[in-house]
Amino acid sequence: MIKEAYNTSIKNMQVMDEDSNVDISLIPKDLDDKKLIEMYKFMNLGRAVSNKLLALQRLGKVATFAPLNGEEAVQVGSAYAMDKNDYIVPIYRTHLSLIVRGVPLKSLFTAVKGYEEAYSSISDYHTTPEIIVVGSQFTHAAGIAYGLKYRKIGNAVIVYGGDGSTSEGDFYEAINFAGVFNLPVIFMIENNEWAISVPRSRQSAAETLAQKGVAAGIKSIQVDGNDVLAVYKATKDALESIKQNGKPVLIEALTYRMGMHTTSDDPTKYRPEEDVDAWQKKDPIKRLQRYLISKKIWNDEMEQSMIEENKELVNQAAKDIESVKSEPEKMFDNVYSFIPETLQEEKDEAVKNNFWQ
Amino acid sequence: MVNLMLANMVTALNNALDLCLNESSDIIVLGEDVGKDGGVFRVTDGLIKKYGPDRIVDTPLAESSIIGTSIGMAIAGMHPFPEIQFGGFSYIGFDQLAAHAARYRSRTMGNIQIPMVVRMPVSGGVRTLEHHSESPEALFSHIGGLIVVEPSTPYDAKGLLIKAAHSKDPILFLEPTKLYRLFKQEIPDGMYEVPIGKANLAKEGDDLTIITYGTMAREVQKTVEENNISADVLDLRTINPIDESAILKSVKKTGRALIVHEASLSFGVGAEISARIGEKCLYDLKSPVMRVGGFSFPYPFSGDEDYWVPNRNKVLYYIKKLMDS
Ligand SMILES: Cc1ncc(C[n+]2csc(CCOP(=O)(O)OP(=O)(O)O)c2C)c(N)n1
Ligand SMILES: [Mg+2]
Repeated sequence: MIKEAYNTSIKNMQVMDEDSNVDISLIPKDLDDKKLIEMYKFMNLGRAVSNKLLALQRLGKVATFAPLNGEEAVQVGSAYAMDKNDYIVPIYRTHLSLIVRGVPLKSLFTAVKGYEEAYSSISDYHTTPEIIVVGSQFTHAAGIAYGLKYRKIGNAVIVYGGDGSTSEGDFYEAINFAGVFNLPVIFMIENNEWAISVPRSRQSAAETLAQKGVAAGIKSIQVDGNDVLAVYKATKDALESIKQNGKPVLIEALTYRMGMHTTSDDPTKYRPEEDVDAWQKKDPIKRLQRYLISKKIWNDEMEQSMIEENKELVNQAAKDIESVKSEPEKMFDNVYSFIPETLQEEKDEAVKNNFWQ
Repeated sequence: MVNLMLANMVTALNNALDLCLNESSDIIVLGEDVGKDGGVFRVTDGLIKKYGPDRIVDTPLAESSIIGTSIGMAIAGMHPFPEIQFGGFSYIGFDQLAAHAARYRSRTMGNIQIPMVVRMPVSGGVRTLEHHSESPEALFSHIGGLIVVEPSTPYDAKGLLIKAAHSKDPILFLEPTKLYRLFKQEIPDGMYEVPIGKANLAKEGDDLTIITYGTMAREVQKTVEENNISADVLDLRTINPIDESAILKSVKKTGRALIVHEASLSFGVGAEISARIGEKCLYDLKSPVMRVGGFSFPYPFSGDEDYWVPNRNKVLYYIKKLMDS
């Protein structure tokens, strides 16, 4: 008789359904009204930032940029659940993970304008620059987790990656490493159904991406990624489980990329607009808003003042980066911990002969 | 009669791929977003409609396997054209290139060969994200066993790609992003080849030889024109194998050599060429060989890119320095 070797059935968690009905029994105890409102505000701020950067890109004031519209619940629910001394390893789309962590909007905008100055104090926030080489971030996160454990710092790490990123070798190698060494790391897979033009179905024949974690011996779960309460709960549960047994956790959050991949992308080439329309109804921000209103802790007046506040914040950030300019001499300062003679010579020559004029 | 078409580099490459796919059913195109999307730069645009998803294949997002599986396809008798979305992501497939694509032929004394054309956009100047502006040609050329091609015009791009499709070796086909749509040229609309391993004498002159390729080929020609300089401008078109005889011939004539590339100065293609000139025609030189390259550190975030990439000021400064010494 053939026996089932292992069971890959993956749990899928939802706390708040598409109509904002909430299963009260699943809401984490610590999630009080104040926190709910704060998460709601972060989600709105994230979208405002995304829309502002998009507008600035169209005006030629910042460079290529990846919008996060539609994916606010994944990023806020998870980053908000982390302790502020836990590490966050973000990617090019998870701007909100940095915003929640307290990285100033000016830094974020500076990065999109194209200046390393954006990250000149990034480690103060226990986070790293947004990683662009798809998949490579997972190995760094496993390494950070190794370091935290080795140094007996009781904190954990969360690393983000898309559905597409789980096809890279680095993803498999990182979850494997984390599993072998029992590392305090959460792999947050933000499955937005697309990797530029390539659909989720083309990335893996596996029924869920979460089950990839099972093969690495990692506790893995799927959550409704447009349900910020579920994402928050899954992350808190993961942190609790890490505290109990020190083992990594993989969370696959099911969401949808409402906008373009980046400002260089034209999604009408490869997906029908109707697909996006269907997801408008599942908008994670609307979903939480309805819940807050039904709880009578949110109203139109509060909404209006929040919108004004966010507008001011993003306009201020846009203003703040106007003065960020090239200082080409500085490019040479941090190549190494010192400036080799030959590099100094390259720099001196450029300055002396006005190559930069 | 040859019919001409007006083409930028993207349309020239698209046309070349179309002709090659049509000519040989062994050829397939595979990579990230090459299908419906037509590639992020539209080089493969429309090909999936004509050749179907079995020959224009959107792969999972994994560069090592894009190159590694292409090696396997070549062993199985196909002629794969993998696309790496940006040169900066080829490093994930570097092991497959260096450890296998470059060695299969010598490993088997020629019994197994790896005909494959790995296309990738390279170099900067288009204000994009980190890793999207790399110039990795020296890294690949250093391995040996991999042919490295880098056109700077629509005409050469098409002819070299067709030549690559007719070749038996693993070929890295580097496409300068900045030149994709920068200018158009009249090119033949049918099949033609540009030889691999042969430089193009893009300009003729007497006072010095400028050896260049890729994004800088055009910058050098503009600098020379704007300043009425009498120079031989050699556009390498193929980095490895290097067209040493064309270089030596010109340098022996002018007695002065300047090498200009966008890639970092140190340990680069310029160093290789300079060494060969030093070894083979030192006594024909009127002045030391000089090099212009990007600074010797990785390409910066886009805000500073104009300061990192060598500009006409820098090229002109070196021309003068060379003439004065
Ligand atoms: C190693 C690597 N290959 C290719 C790219 C180009 N690229 C950037 S994002 C992306 C798709 C990523 O999809 P996914 O992991 O699902 O994340 P999403 O962008 O949808 O958030 C690609 C192919 C890259 N940045 N890095
Ligand atoms: Mg995705």
